[in-house]
Amino acid sequence: MRKDLLRWLVFVVWALVLLVPMMAPKLGFDTFELDFARPMKLVGMLALAGLCVVAYRAVRGGKEHKVRAPRNFGIAEKLSTPWAWAAAGVLTLSLPFWADNYTLDIAINVLIYITLGLGLNVVVGLAGLLDLGYIAFYAVGAYTYALLNTIYGVPFWLALPAGCVISAGAGAFIGYPTLKMRGDYLAIVTLGFGEIVRIVLNNWDNVTQGPNGVLGIKAPGIYIPEITDGSLDFVYFYMNKLPSLYYVILLIAIVTIIGVQRIDTSRIGRAWVSIREDETAAELTGIQTLRYKMLAYMMGAVFAGLAGAFYAAKVRYVNPSSFVFLESALVLCIVVLGGMGSIPGIILGAAAIIVLPEVFRELELYRLLAFGGAMTAMVIFRPEGLIPARRRQLELHIEETFADEDDDA
Amino acid sequence: MDIFLQQLVNGLTLGAVYALIALGYTMVYGIIQLINFAHGEIFAAGGYIGVITLAYLNHIGVLEQYPMLGLVLAFAMAMVYCAFLAVAIERVAYRPLRGASRLALLLSALGMSIFVSNGMMLAQGVYDKAYPIYMFPQESIEVGGAIISHMQIYIFIVAILLMVGLNFFINHTRLGKAMRATAQDKTVSALLGINANRTITITFVVGAMLAAAAGVMVGMYYGSVRFDMGFVPGIKAFAAAVLGGIGNLYGAMIGGMIIGMVEVFAAGYLASEYKDVFAFVILIAVLYFRPTGIMGEQVDDTRV
Repeated sequence: MRKDLLRWLVFVVWALVLLVPMMAPKLGFDTFELDFARPMKLVGMLALAGLCVVAYRAVRGGKEHKVRAPRNFGIAEKLSTPWAWAAAGVLTLSLPFWADNYTLDIAINVLIYITLGLGLNVVVGLAGLLDLGYIAFYAVGAYTYALLNTIYGVPFWLALPAGCVISAGAGAFIGYPTLKMRGDYLAIVTLGFGEIVRIVLNNWDNVTQGPNGVLGIKAPGIYIPEITDGSLDFVYFYMNKLPSLYYVILLIAIVTIIGVQRIDTSRIGRAWVSIREDETAAELTGIQTLRYKMLAYMMGAVFAGLAGAFYAAKVRYVNPSSFVFLESALVLCIVVLGGMGSIPGIILGAAAIIVLPEVFRELELYRLLAFGGAMTAMVIFRPEGLIPARRRQLELHIEETFADEDDDA
Repeated sequence: MDIFLQQLVNGLTLGAVYALIALGYTMVYGIIQLINFAHGEIFAAGGYIGVITLAYLNHIGVLEQYPMLGLVLAFAMAMVYCAFLAVAIERVAYRPLRGASRLALLLSALGMSIFVSNGMMLAQGVYDKAYPIYMFPQESIEVGGAIISHMQIYIFIVAILLMVGLNFFINHTRLGKAMRATAQDKTVSALLGINANRTITITFVVGAMLAAAAGVMVGMYYGSVRFDMGFVPGIKAFAAAVLGGIGNLYGAMIGGMIIGMVEVFAAGYLASEYKDVFAFVILIAVLYFRPTGIMGEQVDDTRV
């Protein structure tokens, strides 16, 4: 108890020292004001919260809190009954018929980020390579479609594979020199690569038109059959309205989900997991680590390319400011929040990270603060994410799981 | 020729700043193998506390009479504040993860980086905060056609003094010895009675103080600070640390100087809009051809 109070005191002093000098002064162009109310309110709140923790620990009598393994092993499996699947299917397919444009727009964004999150999941969650420049591949996909379409008039469905190929090529290009390294050097190199792509897009004026961006990109189109005067005709139809765009991205997202699911449970997926767990051991068991790491990297890039091409087709305008580092961090946040390696987790994570800021519009300013805090908190308190991948959770809580089993026996 | 000389002077100034930031990266990496993403934010926080101190002194009228005293106070305040900030970050985000995977630690650091930079944005707003540089003497001297402002000379001297001080601290004090021992082998140094957690905290504090000084220097040099100013110099300083050989203090100093020079010369002679690219290209090239860096020791496979 006394020790707790002492710690609380240190905590309050620290909060005072950190918050007051930063928050109290208001600097104008040539003015200086001190407003102590703002930081003191926050310090007071923090102190109160700390006191609650101290009181809670005192009431509990200082018993060591025993960490238990979360009991929701395979929560996703339990939910996946045929009825649940049917309901989810009907809901997603019928969305454009009953939702307004605003909701539909958010749904499209969620699907874009699901695709991105799952693609990054291949790299981070499965192969365990931290990629901080992932959004660069999204940019490559978007600019590929934008440039092919505006300069050569290539339609969306042809540009989509082209975007994938070029993204995968970019992945190989950056992957080859960097993937020989292990661990966290890779993170910083990918971060640098992401910045290089953005800077090049911003300055290569005669191709990408620099900061002005590329205008006049066409929406995806399809030929729809139409019977006029008894003869069958095909009419070219631009899918430039939200409902039809929704179906396009839904298709892309479903392809991604199935693709990632199939790879995860394949031989390749197991090779990635073994590289993530112990690269030396993986190499010794005959896995060609460099090749598999390249594959993971290129695979992730392909999904980002898909999402990027769709983004360009939806917004019909791309400029470099959409591809900043924070976007990479956002996608990473989705993966960490949802659960690395977990497909349902990432779907939930993407939905949470896109929808929550829309619901709490007045807290817009605090969005990134919350993301940063959430990322650290998740890693510390629940490293397996909201809906953990079963395999991964067992790894992360292995001691606790066995400790529990001992108790039961 | 005078352009060359001018760029050389600018490069030295910028390089000194990068070197100071790089030292923090390299020390922390040397001791817990973590790329401390929040280090760039600590540098920015130093810049903010510097401008706040100077603005306050200006407000109460001290700065007008004793500008140099004001500058010293700004440095001192920034360094103390950042020491507190670094301890808080280490305690909250890194200590609970001792022994966790490197990926977890890195993600935690990234989260802290975003958290701190947005915290500063919420506290002080999105706009640049101007340093009251007009309160300081604006003289400059001319050497062989190159114009060297007094500010550049001060920056360079202070940076060198700090590095000499650091060198003394690491090599000739008990704490420095403890730091070197912990960096070399945590288990054995703990057996010999060195408190690893305390030593790690001290490492963070020393690195943060150097970064804080660099923050004030950048503020004085460019005339303003911004909440997101830590990001790009942070990566460049990390590139400098890797270039010099991560974990090696002299390497970080040399690497910082090289990155500063390359950036300034590339901006002057090649293409200024691509100046940020060169540091990354150097980083990738170093990691590819010589991952141990210029002065790096033998690096085992847990590091690279």
